Amino acid sequence: MSETLYQQLKKDIRFIEGLHACINCGTCTAVCPAAQFYPYDPRLIAITVEKGDEAELEQLLKSDTIWYCGECLSCKTRCPRGNTPGYIIQALRNLSINTGFYAFSEKGRQQIIVKRTVGDNILKHGYCVYIDELTLREHPEQGPIWDWYRNNATSILQRLGANYKGNGAGTMRKISQQDLDELKQIFDETGATERFENLEKNHHEQ
Amino acid sequence: MSNNVFPAVWRDYQKEIANDDYYYARSCIRQNFFPGSEETFLRIVGKTVGKNIFDDAHQTTCSGIAYHCGVVPMQTTMTVVARQFSLMNEAGYKNFVPSCVTSFGVYSEAIEVWNEYPEVLEETRKHLKASTGRDFQIPENIVHTSDIIYKYRNEIAAKAKYRLINKNTGKPLRIVEHIGCHYAKIFPHKGVGGAEFPQVLAGMINAWGGEVVDYPERRHCCGFGFRNYIIKSDRSYPISNTKIKFDSMEPYKPDFIVTNCPGCTYFFDRWQYAIAEMDGKTYGENGYGIPSLTYEEMSGLILGFDPWEMGMQLHQVSVEPLLDKMGIQYNPKEKYLGYNKEEIGKPEKPNVLKVF
Repeated sequence: MSETLYQQLKKDIRFIEGLHACINCGTCTAVCPAAQFYPYDPRLIAITVEKGDEAELEQLLKSDTIWYCGECLSCKTRCPRGNTPGYIIQALRNLSINTGFYAFSEKGRQQIIVKRTVGDNILKHGYCVYIDELTLREHPEQGPIWDWYRNNATSILQRLGANYKGNGAGTMRKISQQDLDELKQIFDETGATERFENLEKNHHEQ
Repeated sequence: MSNNVFPAVWRDYQKEIANDDYYYARSCIRQNFFPGSEETFLRIVGKTVGKNIFDDAHQTTCSGIAYHCGVVPMQTTMTVVARQFSLMNEAGYKNFVPSCVTSFGVYSEAIEVWNEYPEVLEETRKHLKASTGRDFQIPENIVHTSDIIYKYRNEIAAKAKYRLINKNTGKPLRIVEHIGCHYAKIFPHKGVGGAEFPQVLAGMINAWGGEVVDYPERRHCCGFGFRNYIIKSDRSYPISNTKIKFDSMEPYKPDFIVTNCPGCTYFFDRWQYAIAEMDGKTYGENGYGIPSLTYEEMSGLILGFDPWEMGMQLHQVSVEPLLDKMGIQYNPKEKYLGYNKEEIGKPEKPNVLKVF
């Protein structure tokens, strides 16, 4: 018999470390940046998963709710019982992706955007964010200074002592193919490549 | 709270910061958005303070942003972290110093997990070996780059050309210090002063003559929110959270903001521009913004480094009002020049936010 959702969740270190016994005080919710702007309540997350109800858990994994958290982990500092709702969220997101339930929610489906930006940047450039890929169209908040910087990146970065696209060490250096290959091999070995492929496959099927 | 009176509890949160021989792990965000600060850090540590620091060509992203966006599994990030440590071992170093606060949290988390769960450490070792043929040892000392500047703040003060003083009034500059959440909120014992009374930036400010502004939302997150920023349609989350902080600090009329996190510095800078353009609201004096600095820029300014050689022209909020208050000598005509004084044109001006 295959494992229940709750059994799978209980294997995640972040769930083990994140939930001891919630006393429902609401401190996490009071300090939570996500709770200020979204219909999101980390206290409810803690008490929902504490119940271990499979149907409720499945509903949570299919919901937008688990994608609101900003993972600032302010909740870890403040909880008087040492719980960390942010860790619980990490474990729930992981389970939601592994089970495919993320595709049931709009916010879950947005993960393809993260994969195609941050995820692809890592394997293509060795950086999570990279100037060549970051346009004013996608990031209008960058302001006109960004366009000026991007358009003159070689000259400006040279002035600042960087090594933009250069070999060897230095700021904004080119990450060598050998180092990029090692990253890719780590991604292949540890499940990130499979996750990326599933995100793409599910996106095309929807 | 007075800057000089600390509850005894914060003294429990002191940490060991290695004296010398550092392995430098660079930040993705800071290299891209504030590249001059990466160079300024190396200049201060290597030349001003005279310590040995190694800059490795082979290091890469720690993958921390992808991890906190939920797009890579935990074991992927732990194995990438293990590879960085392997590179440090290979170079012959034991003291690991990342310049990114997200990375600092990720490295600290990996080490905590490995200590608590030896079977996970074993799994990471197997993954690293199978994928790259590498082995690794955990660093003896791991601190954030801001910890190094904090440690040597008095040595820096002794060589300073300027102080954090308003030259017109003779009074200390009023400074908002913002600590990146993952510096101490995850593991308070890994931050100087812990999460409640962090001293890493306040210590620098006090040593260099400035005054720390205590305001209600001082400990609120800048609002990055990882996927909430990466996904364009969710960007109302970060800008709204940063606005909470601007509105809270505004009555205290800060002369500038300084943070120890590459992302936070960026958000405090760019969201002032976005809020000005969307709502017509500006937070600095006379229609300008509140300058948002990295701690290396703050350090470099008091040491007399040229602001344009440190890359302070890459801020959307102009820093000139602060330079003028400090009495810093600078050439406005050189601000927008390229390498070797190349004429490369000037950026367009925003519609609302005033800039120089």
